[in-house]
Amino acid sequence: MSMNNVGRPTRPEAANDAANGHETLTGARGLLQDEALIFELDGWNKTGVDLPPVTAAPSSDLNGLLRDAPIGLPGLSEPETVRHYVRLSQKNHAIDLALYPLGSCTMKHNPRLNEKMARLPGFSDIHPLQPQSTVQGALELMDRLAHWLKTLTGMPAVALTPKAGAHGELCGLLAIRAAHEAAGNGHRKTVLAPTSAHGTNPATAAFVGYTVVEIAQTEDGRVDLADLESKLGDHVAAIMVTNPNTCGLFERDVVEIARLTHAAGAYFYCDGANFNAIVGRVRPGDLGVDAMHINLHKTFSTPHGGGGPGAGPVVLSEALAPFAPTPWLTHGDNGFELAEHAGDDDAKTAFGRMSAFHGQMGMYVRAYAYMLSHGADGLRQVAEDAVLNANYIKAQLKDVMSPAFPEGPCMHEALFDDSWLEGTGVTTLDFAKAMIDEGFHPMTMYFPLVVHGAMLIEPTETESKHELDRFITALRALAGAAKAGDTERFKGAPFHAPLRRLDETQAARKPRLRWKPVAAAPLAAE
Amino acid sequence: MRYLPLTPEDRLEMLGAIGVKSIDDLFVDVPVSARRDAPVDLPHHAGELDVEREMAGLARRNRAAGEGPFFCGAGAYRHHVPATVDHIIQRSEFLTSYTPYQPEIAQGTLQVLFEFQTQVAALTGMEVANASLYDGSTGAAEAVMMAQRVTRRNKAVMSGGVHPHYVGAIETLAHAAGVATQALPAAVDAEDAVIAAIDQDTACVVVQTPNVFGTVTDVSKIAEAAHAAGALLIVVTTEAVSFGLLKSPGEMGADIAVAEGQSIGNGLNFGGPYVGLFACKEKFVRQMPGRLCGETVDADGKRGFVLTLSTREQHIRRDKATSNICTNSGLCALAFSIHMSLLGETGLRQLAAVNHQKALALRDALKAVPGVEILTPRFFNEFAIKVPGKAAEVVEVLAAHGVIAGVPFSRLDAKAGLDDVLLVAATETTLDIDIPVFAKALTKVFAQ
Amino acid sequence: MRFTKDHEWVIVEGDVATVGITAYAAEQLGDVVFVETPEAGKVVKQGEGLAVVESVKAASDVYAPVSGEVIEGNGELAGAPETVNALPESGGWFAKIKLANPAELDALMDRDAYEAFLGTL
Repeated sequence: MSMNNVGRPTRPEAANDAANGHETLTGARGLLQDEALIFELDGWNKTGVDLPPVTAAPSSDLNGLLRDAPIGLPGLSEPETVRHYVRLSQKNHAIDLALYPLGSCTMKHNPRLNEKMARLPGFSDIHPLQPQSTVQGALELMDRLAHWLKTLTGMPAVALTPKAGAHGELCGLLAIRAAHEAAGNGHRKTVLAPTSAHGTNPATAAFVGYTVVEIAQTEDGRVDLADLESKLGDHVAAIMVTNPNTCGLFERDVVEIARLTHAAGAYFYCDGANFNAIVGRVRPGDLGVDAMHINLHKTFSTPHGGGGPGAGPVVLSEALAPFAPTPWLTHGDNGFELAEHAGDDDAKTAFGRMSAFHGQMGMYVRAYAYMLSHGADGLRQVAEDAVLNANYIKAQLKDVMSPAFPEGPCMHEALFDDSWLEGTGVTTLDFAKAMIDEGFHPMTMYFPLVVHGAMLIEPTETESKHELDRFITALRALAGAAKAGDTERFKGAPFHAPLRRLDETQAARKPRLRWKPVAAAPLAAE
Repeated sequence: MRYLPLTPEDRLEMLGAIGVKSIDDLFVDVPVSARRDAPVDLPHHAGELDVEREMAGLARRNRAAGEGPFFCGAGAYRHHVPATVDHIIQRSEFLTSYTPYQPEIAQGTLQVLFEFQTQVAALTGMEVANASLYDGSTGAAEAVMMAQRVTRRNKAVMSGGVHPHYVGAIETLAHAAGVATQALPAAVDAEDAVIAAIDQDTACVVVQTPNVFGTVTDVSKIAEAAHAAGALLIVVTTEAVSFGLLKSPGEMGADIAVAEGQSIGNGLNFGGPYVGLFACKEKFVRQMPGRLCGETVDADGKRGFVLTLSTREQHIRRDKATSNICTNSGLCALAFSIHMSLLGETGLRQLAAVNHQKALALRDALKAVPGVEILTPRFFNEFAIKVPGKAAEVVEVLAAHGVIAGVPFSRLDAKAGLDDVLLVAATETTLDIDIPVFAKALTKVFAQ
Repeated sequence: MRFTKDHEWVIVEGDVATVGITAYAAEQLGDVVFVETPEAGKVVKQGEGLAVVESVKAASDVYAPVSGEVIEGNGELAGAPETVNALPESGGWFAKIKLANPAELDALMDRDAYEAFLGTL
């Protein structure tokens, strides 16, 4: 069998009552309320909206089509609604509280100006299909955003519409596939990707019918050129390489990687998740990249609201631009226009459409406001400070934790392995959960897969030195505690979060994915 | 720069701690040929006031829906969103939280997702729902992929009432994955026509109700035919408020229900971000795309919520994942869920009835306009009309008169030969006075 | 009982091989939460995917240690995946396969060889 045993215990150990302190009688912990589900708040006949009266029955044309059975949806008055969600909100970590050191994912400070701009009625209250003559400002904003993205990446074209990074990967690979097919190279069906790639890379490649072959990694955490060269050939459609990569390192040989790839007739797809490390300092177009998605939240500060929405525009090289999905934004005699139908004269070679309408406009507005705020000079400083902060963390922790690649600088994130925990009885997971008790969100754990017990720390540029020092001090103290044998602190952690460690095994064995009236009582512990 | 906390002194001190002289020493791995010594050719940074002025200038050049009579629908609807919704989604702990990878400090987001899944399952009449997808169109495409996994068949049939953009999104994904598609010709009232196209290779049929022309259809017969042939029925709905008035997809035998959730809690936003609702029968749950939140207990036995069944997903299964999706539409799902909690069943039913009533009033007014023919036989809050001449031109002329008249079908599908078809929608935001203004303007244009 | 380097075990009675995953594998996987066993009639070749076993954190393919036709999959595991952890080398079996080529068994390890192999990991 194929066995992935890299990972973590997924079931909590017995509660440690001594460390837990006093249980309250209500379950609340001070300001933290135990909040019931909306279905448990007696809201079966309530509503929190006042609507105009209904004066007529539905049209008789709809006889037999009307809903007669109850839907089963509770309603709450406005004060109850506000209280419910505010109580829930207080159980969340957020970038506004402290850093999210989630390497290769993460988010930076979300400027509130972006939110204010996105709510201007001229952006928020316009319909995607109202006459184009009535949305020239919106189309111009898309055009300007495209201009900034193209200039910052040094690429000639951009497809704005993908709705998230993984959607952007799909867009890029479909453009590559279309280009190969147009050139009579449809037989190229292999994608090469390093083992350290984000899971979305192989998932996307497999989705479009490509076979994924892994490229080996060198001891210093980069693509093994010799291995790449040996695997390139007439069957390879593309390589997918993240740069800076998920070990937080710049692919030193990236220009050579591109040259070899192109010489073999394949395209270079760059996963641009980590563009925030180089924005304003390095243009992927100068490295030989053919397609790259940009996660707007990560580089350009759009909010990620508990897991989305995202936005993943894809910049494209001259060779791939003709195959970009519709809509295409053009500038004609009547101002800006959208070419919306693939195959029509104005978008003849487009491979199709990624989704309805024109992409994540609300995110475009926010990203553009952020770009204007920073300007070319500020964006360059963003990359520099992001890299400086990561290297500072690495430098301040390298004597107590074990950097996976101690030689040379890292980029925007610092990668540690768990060799420094050997013999302590504390795992990467335990360490991460103890960080929660100290007021910090854990780093990315157990990714990339190429490093044992990986801990990938990405601070971003929006952390002050004071905040970084606070983080470093906490981690050093925890590392000291682990090495001193204070395992109690780690094994049952967190003790001070809204909840203790959760039983993921039970959740997966007996999935309960919705509230049901008969099962209203809380589950008993096994 | 107001978003950058480090001072020049901090930077020097930190470089010293790292043991390098300058920031350039940290970028040594960048090939010399790609290093840039100066900022790229774009404007320099700007203060908040300047940014506001520039953005407001762009916003002013768009005609907002709220400025006057407005009748666009076709997959995006203008509804009133209570102030509470926008207030709550802007709370730091929701707006600026990331994917709930650490459940102990993400119970707010996770409980909301669990409530959201329950609401979506109830609305669609299905057994389980996921934590949302990007939008309705990508949800429909993912549904087709899921049907392929469940049935191990490779063909999808789409009715002529499915929104053409949804057809486009489905075709993109299906063709990428090697699934054949058959899109029936655009038709106002012919969802049943998919029955004749079902064969032994059919993985699924995709129908829409209310469809892109607004037509409401009982799809029970289609469900029976699909099931008899071993295929799945996917029911698409682009106007989620209709669930308050009409039979749910689950009641009519859908295997997968997909909907655009924008109408509840979310503004028009020029087409995105929106929120895809995705629900199915429980037996297919392991083939479902996207995130799922499930109930469990913590080490003290207290109820809590976690992301679960994640072995379906890309970060574990990599090239064997059910989908490459790594993001849901969290904040839009939150907005949906808050608005849905405010409405409750009572409010939703009333909202739906008000929408229907407005559309009936609009129909009566437009029916009286000489030259206009009402095409949609049964509708919720949107219907198609036939106009003399090209609908796209009529819309442009009316826009010049301050009326945003609707969506010409040719805008969605230029090759259907339906250039004289206009899709019009009314919602609770339509003012009573807007309707005669629209009818009068149309009368005037046709008289010219 | 014979073993593979991919941590499957086989017991042969007559021309029927019962197949499962080893105690070592079950422990490494952690809590098993879902098992997909093959249906009767499926024909597999040695080394091909036979079943899927999932823990919270990993989904792993179980390969067929021998070629042949599946005559029974262990349907009980669908409702009780924890059996794989509790009784990996008995009640937690995955499938019974009618041997197509008994000679394939010769290349598999015996318990001592497998234990020695584990020592090298």
